[in-house]
Amino acid sequence: MRNPQLNKHGELQHLLTLDGLPRAIITQILDTAAPFTEVAEREVKKLPLLRGKSVFNLFFENSTRTRTTFEIAAKRLSADVINLNVSTSSTKKGETLLDTVDNLCAMQADMFVVRHESSGAPYLIAQHLENTGRDHIHVVNAGDGRHAHPTQGLLDMYTIRHYKKEFHNLTVAIVGDVLHSRVARSQIAALTTLGVPEVRVIGPKTLLPTDVEKMGVRVFHSMEEGLKGVDVVMMLRLQNERMNGALLPSPQEFFKVWGLTAEKLALAKPDAIVMHPGPMNRGVEIDSAVADGGQAVILPQVTFGIAVRMAVMSMLGSH
Amino acid sequence: MQLPEAEQLIGALAESMRPHVSTATCLVGIHTGGVWLAERLHALLGLSQPLGSIDVSFYRDDYSAKGLHPQPQGSKIPFDVEGTHIVIVDDVLYTGRTTRAALNELFDYGRPSRVDLAVLIDRGGRELPIAASFCALTLPEPLPAGQNLQLERDDSGALTLRLIHA
Repeated sequence: MRNPQLNKHGELQHLLTLDGLPRAIITQILDTAAPFTEVAEREVKKLPLLRGKSVFNLFFENSTRTRTTFEIAAKRLSADVINLNVSTSSTKKGETLLDTVDNLCAMQADMFVVRHESSGAPYLIAQHLENTGRDHIHVVNAGDGRHAHPTQGLLDMYTIRHYKKEFHNLTVAIVGDVLHSRVARSQIAALTTLGVPEVRVIGPKTLLPTDVEKMGVRVFHSMEEGLKGVDVVMMLRLQNERMNGALLPSPQEFFKVWGLTAEKLALAKPDAIVMHPGPMNRGVEIDSAVADGGQAVILPQVTFGIAVRMAVMSMLGSH
Repeated sequence: MQLPEAEQLIGALAESMRPHVSTATCLVGIHTGGVWLAERLHALLGLSQPLGSIDVSFYRDDYSAKGLHPQPQGSKIPFDVEGTHIVIVDDVLYTGRTTRAALNELFDYGRPSRVDLAVLIDRGGRELPIAASFCALTLPEPLPAGQNLQLERDDSGALTLRLIHA
């Protein structure tokens, strides 16, 4: 079966997940993103690549950073960006997802950037476009349920490559609420595809998926052991809004055991970088002293995110 | 066709430019051949401003037909474009579309006081109203469309011209 993200020429048709995306395509996205970082320094922060194209930001779930950076990326490529505030729109009146998509296609959409609380919603849209012969319209997954957040995974890889140059000699730890995290799934897929020899996940049993080892990671239930000697610490947000039932005693208790403090970070390599996809819960998964400290690269992640999203959109929009 | 020596053409090009450049003149090479050529001209003319380079991948007019270049190099303009005399440098002038793309990109950095175009060879076949300000050699007959003329650089840094038949 053909990879649903690639067209028959092997080019990126949709970006839905990093799981199963060929290493060559991931590397091409990172390579393409590099020159885009420089556009921010110019008098006119625009390139003409998507001139005349319409990008629809279709967010069925709240987001500020991701939606804004997608919007900036599309605008820097000269696309017209239409933001749909779905919580106040037709779906509340009973319209189905695919009817919404068909209506936007009738408005000459060229690209959909989709965030949805249900895993697989972007797949459904991509499949629908293919079944109806609309190959010129592309879908970018901006986060679906617990499944995937591929552009976050890519910008994390860009950040790691920026600071560490290579992937083949790294030990990377992903810390916290892996169970509810689509970010962690995308990170693990990308890190293993790019050849990181040791990917660790650190967290309490209740917040790790039961079959997490099958994803090719080493599991640690202790910060002290898991952080020892790592090059990169990728913190995750504690996702209170996705939790059903009592998986945790309290945020304060969580911080005491799993929060990243300067003391725990000292167990990692001295030049280790600290990443966080945002939004941060200070004093829950990360201490302010670390978040604002010299090893944190959390704000550069946001800036790199624009260039990476420009790369993805320009690669999709070129065919 | 007997190809001329690139090294001789470079010397001739530099001499034709010399009366028209000053210490404030900035050179911008177009990737890849134009960057090599600009480095040479920069040294021969004894210019002091930093060299710029442009990769027109993001400004090409055939982007929707050919797609994005797989490994764009990006552009580096390490000087203030506003009010500056700039010479765009390319190895071969053909349709003029690359020059058009480079001009568009340059103007996104600011408004230069004057822009010139310096090329080693004009191979004919223009599709846009663009002409070189400085050109070391204009081919008497335009090269057929199937052929590709380009500058190459060996390990020692020597530049040669090569004709490729498609």
